[in-house]
Amino acid sequence: MADQAMEELPEEVTGWIGKERYHEEGEFPVERGYIWTTCSSVENGNPIFWDDEVAEEITDGPIAMPTMISLWFRPHLWAPGRTKQAQPLQVHFDLKETLGLPEAIMSDNTIVFGEPVRPGDRLKTCQILHVVSDPKTTKLGTGRFWEIEVRYENQDGDFVGAEHYTGFGYKRPE
Amino acid sequence: MSENHALLTVDQVEAGASIPELSYDVTATTVVLGALASRDFRPMHHDRDFAQIRNGVQDIFLNTPNQAAWFERYLTDWTGPKGRLGRIKFRMKDSVFPGETMTFSGKVEQVSTDETGCAWVDLAVNLSVGERQVTDCSARIAVPKDESDNPWKRKNEQWKP
Repeated sequence: MADQAMEELPEEVTGWIGKERYHEEGEFPVERGYIWTTCSSVENGNPIFWDDEVAEEITDGPIAMPTMISLWFRPHLWAPGRTKQAQPLQVHFDLKETLGLPEAIMSDNTIVFGEPVRPGDRLKTCQILHVVSDPKTTKLGTGRFWEIEVRYENQDGDFVGAEHYTGFGYKRPE
Repeated sequence: MSENHALLTVDQVEAGASIPELSYDVTATTVVLGALASRDFRPMHHDRDFAQIRNGVQDIFLNTPNQAAWFERYLTDWTGPKGRLGRIKFRMKDSVFPGETMTFSGKVEQVSTDETGCAWVDLAVNLSVGERQVTDCSARIAVPKDESDNPWKRKNEQWKP
């Protein structure tokens, strides 16, 4: 399986490039508890997150920290009826499995922010694989780089953000 | 704790200027709280044995989404509540572990106004631990042109991050 990473890309993987996959809606609506917990975790006292009057004046009501965008799609660790642990960024895990690369890191992450995300929003997402590199060897091991875009929109179809990840899936040296 | 009552307007910003540093003493609680706040349940962010044995690092370490939240807090501490992030890019070179003091520093690279009249500040931001460079970040944040302006009111074609 590991040798597959050194060969040409499997057709299955080339077929994923440029395609929107994993269209899904978040498992729960955007909620303020996570907003406050995240602000608390980084001691962010920005009053648009804590003071409703300020939020009304500046952001037309409460919003989430923009950098929380991926949080709304991180699945519950357990949910009724779920037999397999759900993974965020499934395309990344698909690549690891299909290319036989057991380890992976994310090296670059770009986030673009659109309309603010608000409590009660039901966000939707999809994932797009843009590029998979030829085999490369780094100090971590030998594998491939890939670029994945995750797009987000709200229940009204407004663009609320996109993330671009560069990942490196690899096999450790023997 | 940041109070965020600054009200930065673009006329107060010059290319080449540094913005105030932020230093923070990281504990295991910082790492675990940050991971769970971002719903990141992966064990390297809460299980030291896993981090050491599987990842080959000294301890649990700050996760990526929480680093993004730290960058946002750092930038909006500087701009105040009307600062609106348009874009952020970061490259992680190393990790932040409990017991370390992380420091955020930033420098204004460019000040501009786009075709819609939105004022933008582009910054290079760095997260370091002592002499160790941990994460390089570039950020683009909209700030008010004057006290009456508010980038958060921009929608659709008026918002080009």
